[in-house]
Amino acid sequence: MKRATQAAETSQVGRSVPRLESWLKVTGRAEYVHNLRLPGMLYGKIFRSSVAHGRIKRIDVSAARGLAGVHSVVTAAEVKTIVPEPYYGPAFHDQPVLAIDKVRHVGEPVAVVLASDPHVAEEAVQLITAEYEELPAVYDEVEAVTSKVIVHEALRPAGTFPDLKHLKGVKNTNVALDFRLRRGDAAKAMASADRVFEHRFRTQQVMHTPLEPIVSVAESTENSLTIHTASQSPSFVRIEIARLLGWPENRVRVRVPFVGGGFGAKLYIKLEALVAVLSLLARRPVKISLSMEEQFFTITKHASTFHIKSGVARDGRVVARECEVWWNGGAYADIGPRVTQKSGFTAPGPYDIANVAIDSYALYTNLPPAGALRGFGIPQLVWAYESHTDMIARELGIDPVDFRRRNLLRDGRPQATGTPMRDAAIEAVLERTAALLDWGKPFDRGSEPRRRGRGIAIGFKACIANTTSLAAVNVNADGSCTVYVSTVDMGQGSDTAMAQIAAEVLALPTEAVTVVHSDTDVTPFDMATLGSRSLFHTGNAVKLAAEDARAQLDALSKELGLSSDTPIADVFRKKYGMRAGSVTGVGNFIPPYSPPDANGQTENATPFWMVGATGVELEVDTETGRIEVTRLVNVADVGTPINPRIVETQLSGGSIMQLGFTLFEKMLFDGEGQLRNASLAEYKIPGMLDVPREIVNEAVVAEQRTGPYGAKGVGETATFGVSPAIANAVHDAVGVRITELPLSAEAVFQALARK
Amino acid sequence: MRRTVRFTLNGERVEAQVAPHETLVEVLRDAFGLYGARESCGQGLCGCCTIVVDGTAVSGCLYLATLADGAHVQTVEEGSELDAVQEAFIERAAFQCGFCTPGFVLMTRQLLAEHPDPSEEEIRHYLSGNLCRCATYPEIIEAVQLAARKRR
Repeated sequence: MKRATQAAETSQVGRSVPRLESWLKVTGRAEYVHNLRLPGMLYGKIFRSSVAHGRIKRIDVSAARGLAGVHSVVTAAEVKTIVPEPYYGPAFHDQPVLAIDKVRHVGEPVAVVLASDPHVAEEAVQLITAEYEELPAVYDEVEAVTSKVIVHEALRPAGTFPDLKHLKGVKNTNVALDFRLRRGDAAKAMASADRVFEHRFRTQQVMHTPLEPIVSVAESTENSLTIHTASQSPSFVRIEIARLLGWPENRVRVRVPFVGGGFGAKLYIKLEALVAVLSLLARRPVKISLSMEEQFFTITKHASTFHIKSGVARDGRVVARECEVWWNGGAYADIGPRVTQKSGFTAPGPYDIANVAIDSYALYTNLPPAGALRGFGIPQLVWAYESHTDMIARELGIDPVDFRRRNLLRDGRPQATGTPMRDAAIEAVLERTAALLDWGKPFDRGSEPRRRGRGIAIGFKACIANTTSLAAVNVNADGSCTVYVSTVDMGQGSDTAMAQIAAEVLALPTEAVTVVHSDTDVTPFDMATLGSRSLFHTGNAVKLAAEDARAQLDALSKELGLSSDTPIADVFRKKYGMRAGSVTGVGNFIPPYSPPDANGQTENATPFWMVGATGVELEVDTETGRIEVTRLVNVADVGTPINPRIVETQLSGGSIMQLGFTLFEKMLFDGEGQLRNASLAEYKIPGMLDVPREIVNEAVVAEQRTGPYGAKGVGETATFGVSPAIANAVHDAVGVRITELPLSAEAVFQALARK
Repeated sequence: MRRTVRFTLNGERVEAQVAPHETLVEVLRDAFGLYGARESCGQGLCGCCTIVVDGTAVSGCLYLATLADGAHVQTVEEGSELDAVQEAFIERAAFQCGFCTPGFVLMTRQLLAEHPDPSEEEIRHYLSGNLCRCATYPEIIEAVQLAARKRR
């Protein structure tokens, strides 16, 4: 296996420091909510809807209540005694703590059994029965636009996002957001283009599958609540639970230790509202741990349909592009409307196109809810526009890399929103990927039955805006340092990166810094750990906080007549006459942002751009349709890496995860909305044997001038190009074009048979 | 219904009152406060619950605790020093969220006991029953190779 990452070596930043929690993780001692047990704790097990859409006629919990060892059984009726309006969600207040009157997808929580013994609770769940008046259901995102089946009687925007306010109380629609962008005149330019190309692409519904399944514990007193939760967004959880209960925020405490994988599954409210209400009802601590099966009914990645149309001039320049994207959000909006908009405005791809029209729709359907999954919708878009781009190039007889070069969105040029590109190494990333593939040089095409091909794809992403991170940095009397942030380390290495940043500012070894895990009573507000935003936002906040602490220490030294390079411990000793005291620096970071106008235009759409390209070499077995990726090349603009080894691991891991979404992962539903493969036995995720023989990961030399020490986020970047690069390589190998994910052996075999 | 089960746990003789349906993962967690073996998929397919019983790695989420009567049970928590495998996992950054790591560590020890100098192919096949959703597989392969060298 060959790998490479470039980075400048400075003292703390730019150094591949082993993760601070290494010992804890290799000895099995890292703290996860999964492990948490509290005295007197009850376990909750959930009774779930067996129909996709129906009115609840009757729920019979009497047998469950009667089972020995059962503490109580809770339905929406009991929930309402604690929270009269028990609907939550970041974009819409549409999701009930437990189903009220209606169920909207198979697997929706309807009732909960509490017991001291989880096996008793599980047995009691089997004794609950429910009767539904079944209603017609809608599953397809395009059908949902015009369907007579309406998932929600009226839309209930949360009020947080200005672009959703117009949807308040709107009836008879499944459209939870209709994002629109217009730049130039796409229709006119299309009409005068030399050639017009039009294609439709689809992606499938998949699941995050964190190996620590979603889990929350709540403990309460009369007027306070502590929630221990495997969450990527502790600050949001506190605000939302406080809102539901009508309590001040300082009576709700949210703690998050290490998280066993998130990928977007553990955002916003998942089990937190439910355990909070159960704990207040039972007056005992309550824990709910989902099974792997239950995770499939809780949060997923949007299936999507993307209709893309391009007008191309005689010189091979794309002069117009129309994008229509439908996002299958399932029964509850979760963060889908933000995916629809924040990703939607990048739908034309990293190309310089004067005339663009984008319509991006968030749809309600009767499937399990969809949210953010490692890319916030970007992998679905890149799948379509980079397949489309390759199809145009091949049709025109232009080399696919050359065709991209002709159209690339270069530094300083306006993106579809009108925002000028800054610090986005699109060109460097494309060129480096092509070079690593030896593009333009002869290529061994194999022979029957194993045909070889190669492909390339490039994508980009805007970081979510408008968001805030705060940090505090404490320098202790012995010169050690404690960082307080609400960023959650779910495996991406944020603890280590934050420690490196603080250490760099304070001229300490990284190992002298500890990072306090999110605890809303202790750590300051942070929007959430999502969308590759933390290293940039929280990293900048930590840098500001450490600089504040450094300035205070310098002032103290000066006041004491000490030189500025006096060891910190000596400064405190001189000040207090013994080991005492501390200095606390604070940092508050919010980058500038301008909201889009009615045409999606803005001068400042994002604090930074992420750029990622993938090149693949693969073999297609023409007798079985099976694809074997033999070489995977991931190139990214991550700014200047803080920790090159962790950056490389993020790139590699992200690309392998996307390989699963590309080649085999798919949630299979029958005609009644029943999921047929909700277990790892039937839903396969990548294992050791699925990893390509050779993976090359490279960060191009780049700098994000507004980032901490030139750095920016990396968690999602390697997911962008994987799917279309593989489809393009399959076409290169065997001449068939597949427009729907996954590229399973069956799909390839059938396409070959139709050829 | 409960019966007394006696076994050796990480070198110490222990006993626990165990119900017939309880798995070894549950007993290690609830009776002994050991959390390194953790249930994830609940079907013995992901390797997060790996426990070594009488020298053989088993899926602790499927292994009934009563079957451990008289056995030698080892978990990732055994010993106070890091071994070559754990050191190599740290040096090669072979984990991210860490949830699957104990299973990989135990399985790697067993692999190296059987094949002190494994080929990449042998590593891939031997560890194919352990899943890592962060997909730290290339780093794990490197760590196993490094651990093999360290042990020689």
